Amino acid sequence: MKHLIIGAGAAGITAAEQLRKLDPAASITVLDGEGEAAPYARMAIPYLLSNQIVEAGTHLRRDPDHYRTLRIDIEKGRAAAVDPVASLVRLVDGRVLPYDRLLIATGSVPSREKVAGIDLPGVHTCWTLADARAIIASLRPGTRVVQMGAGFVGCIIIQGLMSRGADLTVLIRSGRMVSRMMPPKASDMIAQWCAAKGVHVMGKTQTAKIEQDGNSLKVTLTTGEILPADIYLSVVGVKPGIDFLAGSGIAMQDGIVVDARMRTNLPGIYAAGDVAESCDCVTGKSQINAIQPNAVEQARIAALNMAGGAADFVGSLAINVLDTLGLVSCSFGQWQGVEGGAGVELVDEANYRYLSLQFGDDVLIGATSIGWTDHVGVLRGLIQTSTPLGVWKERLLADPTTFMAAYLATSQKAA
Amino acid sequence: MQKSLHIDANKCTGCLQCEMACSYENYGVFITAKSRIKIFDFENEGRKVPYTCTQCAEAWCLMACPVDAIRLDAVTGAKVVNEATCVGCKVCTIACPFGTINYVAATGKVQKCDLCDGDPACATACPTGAITYVDADWTGFDKMRAWAGKTDNATRASA
Amino acid sequence: MAWTRNVLRVDLTNGTCKSEPLNMEWAQQYLGQRGLATKYFVSEVDPKVDPLSPANKMIMTTGPLTGTPVSTGGRYSVVTKGALTGAIACSNSGGYFGAELKFAGWDMIIFEGKSLKPVYLSIVNDQAELKDAAHLWGKSTWHTEETIKKEHQDPLTRVCSIGRAGENGVMYACIINDLHRAAGRSGVGTVMGSKNLKAVAVRGTNGVSTIRDPKAFMAATVAAKKVLADNAVTGQGLPTYGTQVLMNVINEMGALPTRNHRDVQFEEARKISAEAMAEKRPSDGKSHLVTNNACFGCTIACGRISKIDETHFSVVNKPEYWGASGGLEYEAAWALGAANGVGDLEALQYANLLCNEEGFDPISFGATVGAAMELYELGILTKEQIGMEAPFGSAKAVCEMAEMTARGEGFGKELGQGSARLCEKYGRPDLSMTVKKQEFPAYDSRAIQGMGLTYATSNRGACHLRSYTVASEVLGIPFKTDPLVTEGKAGLVKAFQDATSVFDSAGVCVFTTFAWSLADLQPQLDAACEGNWTMEKLAEVGERIYNMERLFNNAAGFTAKDDDLPPRLKTEAAKTGPAKGLVSGIDKMRPEYYQLRGWDEQGVPSKETLGRLGL
Ligand SMILES: Cc1cc2nc3c(=O)[nH]c(=O)nc-3n(C[C@H](O)[C@H](O)[C@H](O)COP(=O)(O)OP(=O)(O)OC[C@H]3O[C@@H](n4cnc5c(N)ncnc54)[C@H](O)[C@@H]3O)c2cc1C
Ligand code: SF4
Ligand code: SF4
Ligand code: SF4
Repeated sequence: MKHLIIGAGAAGITAAEQLRKLDPAASITVLDGEGEAAPYARMAIPYLLSNQIVEAGTHLRRDPDHYRTLRIDIEKGRAAAVDPVASLVRLVDGRVLPYDRLLIATGSVPSREKVAGIDLPGVHTCWTLADARAIIASLRPGTRVVQMGAGFVGCIIIQGLMSRGADLTVLIRSGRMVSRMMPPKASDMIAQWCAAKGVHVMGKTQTAKIEQDGNSLKVTLTTGEILPADIYLSVVGVKPGIDFLAGSGIAMQDGIVVDARMRTNLPGIYAAGDVAESCDCVTGKSQINAIQPNAVEQARIAALNMAGGAADFVGSLAINVLDTLGLVSCSFGQWQGVEGGAGVELVDEANYRYLSLQFGDDVLIGATSIGWTDHVGVLRGLIQTSTPLGVWKERLLADPTTFMAAYLATSQKAA
Repeated sequence: MQKSLHIDANKCTGCLQCEMACSYENYGVFITAKSRIKIFDFENEGRKVPYTCTQCAEAWCLMACPVDAIRLDAVTGAKVVNEATCVGCKVCTIACPFGTINYVAATGKVQKCDLCDGDPACATACPTGAITYVDADWTGFDKMRAWAGKTDNATRASA
Repeated sequence: MAWTRNVLRVDLTNGTCKSEPLNMEWAQQYLGQRGLATKYFVSEVDPKVDPLSPANKMIMTTGPLTGTPVSTGGRYSVVTKGALTGAIACSNSGGYFGAELKFAGWDMIIFEGKSLKPVYLSIVNDQAELKDAAHLWGKSTWHTEETIKKEHQDPLTRVCSIGRAGENGVMYACIINDLHRAAGRSGVGTVMGSKNLKAVAVRGTNGVSTIRDPKAFMAATVAAKKVLADNAVTGQGLPTYGTQVLMNVINEMGALPTRNHRDVQFEEARKISAEAMAEKRPSDGKSHLVTNNACFGCTIACGRISKIDETHFSVVNKPEYWGASGGLEYEAAWALGAANGVGDLEALQYANLLCNEEGFDPISFGATVGAAMELYELGILTKEQIGMEAPFGSAKAVCEMAEMTARGEGFGKELGQGSARLCEKYGRPDLSMTVKKQEFPAYDSRAIQGMGLTYATSNRGACHLRSYTVASEVLGIPFKTDPLVTEGKAGLVKAFQDATSVFDSAGVCVFTTFAWSLADLQPQLDAACEGNWTMEKLAEVGERIYNMERLFNNAAGFTAKDDDLPPRLKTEAAKTGPAKGLVSGIDKMRPEYYQLRGWDEQGVPSKETLGRLGL
C-alpha cells in the first residue's frame, strides 16, 4: 500500500505516524513543499520571533532520526496538480508520484492584501519559517513596523516584535482585535492592554497604498494619514491552500469538503487540517476551524480510515488560546452565544480579567476568557461533551468563576 | 503492571499535605498554589475532592503539542512535559478536557502531574489513604475514562 | 529560618501599609506567633490601654512552622489586649488563613489605630492595601468571605473577618476564618471591630522556601506524623469522634459543669455527645455528622462537618442553614448545652452556626446564657426583661438568645457583655463562672483539680488551652495523675503552661500535644529554624513567654486576687459523681504554684526569675 501525504505540517506528520502504527508494511511518503531542514510547527514561530527558541525548536519532532526510524519518506517538493484518474500527483519540478491513498494536508496560505506596493521588498507576511527569518533579519531596536491586521496571528506575534524593540503600529480594519475569537468587550481589553504596553493601535483604518521612500516605506492609510515604516507586515488572515487542486474534480467550498471519515468526494483521497472543511461539533455546520489541535485530530482520524479502519470525527471545535504581550485569552466553541440562549459576562477591566459563558438549553456551548489560565481545559470538556449542567447552570450564571466546580460536580461524580 | 493514582474523595479531609508535597517535590518550596494536584472544596456538601491528571489514554495534551514537548514515559505511563522543549504556547491547556495541564506564568511553561517518576509524593504524603498509587486495573477511573470517551467517539469506534 | 522575616505594619488611622524586617533577635528569644507577637505587643502598647481605644493594637501572627508540612502547621494567632478580659489575649485559629498569610510572605501583621470608615485589608503576596468595606459592614462573616472571594475572582483567597457581633461590641466577639474556624476567645473580634477593620483577605503564591535543613526537616515531620497516627487519641479518637469524644467521658467523671456549675453531671449528656452526632436521627434518617475535616496541614482532622435537621424548629424556613457546615466541638456543645441544661443537639448546632456566622465565642456566649438562666430562675431577671421565658433546659431560649446576641437586639445587648458584667449589673457577681471576666470552658474544677489552677492562672482569663491538664488527669498523657487531688498539680500546670507556650508559638495546634511532647516538636523546629533549638532553649522560651504575659497583666492592674475561682467552686461541693463532696483546692495550689514559678505571694515574678529569663 502506497500512502502519499501532501504537506509536512502538523496534520501531515501526525497522519504519517499514525499510518505507520497501523500498517508496519506500507510505504509512506510525505511531500514537504517548503524544503526546511525538518518538518516544523507554524505555531512555534512566535517563540522564534521572541528569541525564546532557535529554529530547531520549531521542529515538530525532537529526534533527528525520527522519520528514518519510522520509515517515513520526507520528499521535498511542491504538488502542482492531482490526477485522481491515474492516481498520481504531479510536482512543480516535473516529477510524478503515484499513490494508493492520498491525504491532502496542505494547510492554509496567507491572504493577500490587494493594495499597491504589496510586492515591495520591505513587505512581509508571517506564516512560514522563511517569513520569520526575513522579519528577524530586518528587525532592530527602533525599527518602525506597520502591521496590517490584528487577528490571531497578528496578535500572537506582537510579543516577538516588541521584544526585539520594534516601534509597532497595528492597523485594524474592523477596529476590533481578534474579532473572530473574542466578543467586543474582550477585544477592547486586549487593545487597551497593547496600547498600555506601547503598541500604537489604530482602529477602523486600513492601508490604501505602500510606496518606497528611500530606504524605507511610506504607508498611506484610507484615512489619508501617512505612516513611515521600515517593515510592513501584512497579516490579514489565511485561506486554505487549494489552488493547485483546481480542475481535479475534488469537491471544494471554502476548503476541501470532507465527511466524518475525512474522505473527499473522490475515492482514496482524504483531506485533513487547515485545508479541510468539516462538521463543527457545536454548530453542526460545515466549516474550517484552522487550528493545530483540530489538524492533529483530523489527521489521526484520516489515517485510521486510510489504513482500512472506520473512525468518525466527532466534529471540530473552535478552541483558541492567545498570548498577547503576556495577556492570556481563550475562546471556545460558540463564544458568541446563540439567539435566545442564556449567557453571562464578567468584566474586570482594571485587572484585565474577563469571563463569558454562553449556554444552550442545559449545556455550555461557548466561552471566552482573559486572564484565566487555571483549569480552562474543562471549558472544552463541558462544551464538547454537552454535559447537562442541571443546577449548575444557574450557579454559573450567578458566578461564572465557579466553572471548575461545575465541571467536577457534573462530570466527576466518581471522583 | 503500570500503576496509577487512585483517588477516594470520601477519605479526603482537606489537609493539603498532598499539595505541599507536590510543590516541594517539583519546586523545592511549600506552596499549594503550585501544586499539580488540587483539592476542590464543596463547602456546602462538606466534600473535598482531590483532582489531578489521570494520564488518560487519549493524551489530548500530548497530541496537541506542536513541538513534541510532552512525551509518554514508557515505564510509568505518565505524560511528561519537557520544560526545555515547551515553548509555552498553552495549546495543550485548552486541549485537555479535564483541565489538568496548566500554564505557569512565572516559568512561561506548562505543568502537569508526571507521577514523580513512579513514586508520587502526594500519595506518600496523604495521611488518610485518599490518594493511593495502585495497579492501574484497580482504579476507579473507569468512569472518568468512559467520560473521556465521550469526547472522542473516534477512538471508541475504531477500538 | 522558617520565618519570612517580614512584618506588615498597618496604620488604620492613616490608611498606610508598611513592611519592616522581623526582629530576629526577638525571634531567637520568643520563637514566633504567640511568643513573638506578644513581645512586639508588650513593647509597643501601654498595659493600661483601653482595649477598645485606638491606642490598643492587634497583631495577627504566624509561627515558623506555619505553612509547612509539619502536621497541623497552619495556625495563626491574634494577639491584643482582650476586650472581654482587659488582659493579654492570644487567640489561636486553624483553617487555611494562617498558611496563606505565610505563603504571601508575612510573619505578622500589626494593626494600629482606628480607621475612620469600615475597611478591609487585602494582601496579595507583597502587595497590601486597605480597601473600602462599607458594603460589608453589617454583614455576616459568611457573606463577607463569599463577597470578597467573588470580588477578587479567586476562590482560593483566604479570608478572616468579624461578623455583626464584632461590629456591635459583643465583648466576646471572635474573628472567623474559612467559614467556621475561629480565633475565638477574649474578644479579639471586638477589638477588630473597634478599629473599623472588617476583614483581612490574603492570597499567597510565594510559599515557604526558607527551611534551614529541608532534608532533616522532611524526615522529622514524617516521624512526628507517625507519632500522631499511632496515638489512640490523635490517630483514632479525634478523627472519628472529634473533641466531642469527651462529652460522655467527662460527664462520667462528674466534671461536666451543668446549669451554670450548679451540677457536675448532665443527665442528657449522651444526647449531645459524639455518639449522638453519628447516629441516624428519626426525622430524616440521616446522621447529624457528615464528615470530619482537617485544617491546613493537619493529619489529625478532628473538625466536624454537620448538617442540621431541616425540620428542626430553629431552621424550618431557613434553607441557608441546611447545607453542610462547621459542627459542634466539645467546648461549644458543652457551653450551649450542658451549661444551660439543654439536651437538644440540633438547637445547639443552630446556635453554633450563628456563632460562626456572626462571629462570637460559643463558650462565653453559652456560659453567659447559663448565668442569665440562673438569674431568671432566681427571679432576678424576669420574662419581660429577657423577652422570653428562660428556664434551664430551654432549647428555644438558647436559639433566640443567640439570634438576639448576634443582632445586638434587646436583651441580646446584655448577653453580649458576658457573664461577669451581666451578673455584676444584677447584683450577683458570685454567679458569674469566670476568671478575669472570661467564662470557663467545659471542665469542672472540683472534679479535675488541675483545671482549677489552670483557669485561675491562665494569662488570658479562664481557659483550658493554656495548660490542658485534662490530658494528664483524665487521659493519662504523658502520665496519669489523680484528678481529685491537688498534690502535684502546681508543677503539672506550670509544666503544661510553659510547654503550651512553645506549641502556640511554633505554628502548630495544641491538640498535637495529646501525642507529642516537646521532644517531638523540637527536631522539627530545629531543622526548620536557625539558632540551635535545643530542648533546654525551648523550655526556657516557654517559661519566658509565660512570664512576659504575666508582667503585662500585672502592669495592667491584675493581682493575685484575680488568680481565683468564683466562690461557688470553692464552697458548693460537687453533688454527684466521683468528686461528690469536693470543692476546688485552688487556695492550696496557688501558693505552691507561685513558688514554683519564682513569683512572690502577690504573683509578681521575682528579680531572680526575671533575670534568669532575661526579662
Ligand atoms: C504564527 C502562527 C501562530 C499560530 N498559533 C497557533 C496557535 O497558537 N494555536 C493553534 O491552534 N494554531 C495556531 N496556528 C495555526 C496552526 O499553525 C495551523 O492550524 C496548523 O499548522 C495547521 O496544520 P496543517 O498541517 O493543517 O497545516 P500546516 O501546518 O500549514 O502545514 C501545511 C504543510 O503543507 C505544505 N504545503 C502546502 N502546499 C503544498 C503543496 N502544494 N505541495 C507540497 N506541500 C505543500 C506546507 O509547506 C506545510 O508543510 C498558528 C499559525 C501561525 C502561522
Ligand atoms: S493532562 Fe489531560 S490530556 Fe494530558 S494526560 Fe492528563 S488528563 Fe490526559
Ligand atoms: S505549552 Fe508547551 S507543552 Fe503545551 S503544547 Fe505548547 S509547547 Fe507543548
Ligand atoms: S493529603 Fe489526602 S486527605 Fe489531605 S488533602 Fe490531600 S488527598 Fe485530602
